[in-house]
Amino acid sequence: MSGMDWTPDEMMTVTAARLLWDKAVCFVGIGLPSAAANLARQSHAPDIVLIYESGTIGTRPNVLPLSIGDGELADTAVCVVPLPEIFSYWLQSGRIDVGFLGAAQIDRYGNLNSTVVGRYDAPKTRLPGAGGAPEIATHAKQVFVVIKQSPRSFVAHLDFISSAGFLAGDGERSRRRAPGRGPQAIISDYGVLKPDPVTDEFVLVARYEHVTTESAIAACGWPLKTSEFVEVIAPPTAQELLALRELHARTKAAHAAAVKLPI
Amino acid sequence: MPLMTLRDAIRDHVHDGETVALEGFTHLIPFAAGQEIIRQRRQNLHLVRMTPDLIYDQMVGAGCANRLTFSWGGNPGVGSAHRVREAIEKGWPTPLEIHEHSHAGMAAAYVAGASRLPFGVLRGYFGTDLPEVNPQIRSIQCPYTGEQLTTVPAMNPDVTILHAQKADGEGNVLLSGIIGAQKEAALAARKLIITVEEIVERLDTPMNGVVLPAWVVTAVACVPGGAWPSYARGYYSRDNAFYIAWDDISRDRARFLQWLDRYVYSTVDHAQCVQTLRADGYDL
Repeated sequence: MSGMDWTPDEMMTVTAARLLWDKAVCFVGIGLPSAAANLARQSHAPDIVLIYESGTIGTRPNVLPLSIGDGELADTAVCVVPLPEIFSYWLQSGRIDVGFLGAAQIDRYGNLNSTVVGRYDAPKTRLPGAGGAPEIATHAKQVFVVIKQSPRSFVAHLDFISSAGFLAGDGERSRRRAPGRGPQAIISDYGVLKPDPVTDEFVLVARYEHVTTESAIAACGWPLKTSEFVEVIAPPTAQELLALRELHARTKAAHAAAVKLPI
Repeated sequence: MPLMTLRDAIRDHVHDGETVALEGFTHLIPFAAGQEIIRQRRQNLHLVRMTPDLIYDQMVGAGCANRLTFSWGGNPGVGSAHRVREAIEKGWPTPLEIHEHSHAGMAAAYVAGASRLPFGVLRGYFGTDLPEVNPQIRSIQCPYTGEQLTTVPAMNPDVTILHAQKADGEGNVLLSGIIGAQKEAALAARKLIITVEEIVERLDTPMNGVVLPAWVVTAVACVPGGAWPSYARGYYSRDNAFYIAWDDISRDRARFLQWLDRYVYSTVDHAQCVQTLRADGYDL
């Protein structure tokens, strides 16, 4: 990794941002998805429409929100709608091009676990839960998942399905008539995985310059298949890095600022 | 005229064993009211909230609840809600029965509750394991198309508690900004308690602004800063630094109990809680 002047996190965020296009209507989760979506908006996709489940539509935050409902998201939105409305009129109605999610764990068919590791009624690790993700994963026309890769996060078997990907694969999702097409890309800190059009199993199609295909396979809890030719993803450009670092610097300063209560 | 102190409102209207929803999606979370419930040592509550957030982390950790209905239970952008997590994983300080949903499912349950319908309907929970662990998530066949649709039972709390920007002298309440499912949770409840930043002469509400008229409000209490560490748009912003600091405060039982003792049990009200925080050097 010597000579690299960016971090694996930055590479992952930049790669996720590049998958988004201008004017896409994007339903964004907090954390890495939010960073990537805002990087896209501040670089190649200025007119991307960002929607957060707190009801903020067309928001253009200058700093990344810590929570899904920071004031910055409301103050810079085209409009703010109630929660029952965001999930029914905007998501369930099929108006979302891309659902952008994270998770604690993922399996080879892009199913997500953000609920529990171990048994539900006797958890080894209780995670926060599904939130808005189950319906985002169902109704967005397609879903991108940003998640760091390790044998603990890319698992052969999920203890709990919080949000559906392709379920058991081989066309089960479309047979069960899910409205959206499901997960179409996983962006990890090793590269990009895409689903096989027949089996629905995710395969490594691209890797970063600083990792090997073998290391990506080793960091996966199922026997990861690769496409015949694994592309090498171009490193972040100077502009991408600058935009991302400025965004993070503004965010850090904003989140550390003291709040003044009017009492 | 429903104007009263928060202490009296909780004393008169929140009782052990009731189903209580303190709503507010990241914005306008009624923290002062939650802490007053802790102060008055309510027990065996069924707490309902889409995002338990730090407010239920405090209430669950203080032993106020034995049941929790929710859809996302972390510290937003930070990590775990450690007190909720320990109650679920280890039954401390008391075992906590959970009824878990997705956000869309809970929103539908509040809408049904406000409409006094028996259930909400959605295309939800597709392919997830949630219906297996929450038998309240069921399905129904559409009488028009034959499609199987998901249902959730209506949520009708005994008491819903909100925080809002302002009320007028008659007790009409105005909310603005991110309003989550507050209006639905308010109208679904038998009783409605609202804390506000200020009481004004006139609300001067824009025509379609979100107003809860005085006659649906059981009690209004003026509690400036009552949403801290969440926020009240137009008054103060979210204290993200405190949300980050809570990760350490709440991780350890003893440290959490110490915090609770100093800032909740040893203070008489929210104003004194804020004074104590300031006296201890917290920039607020």
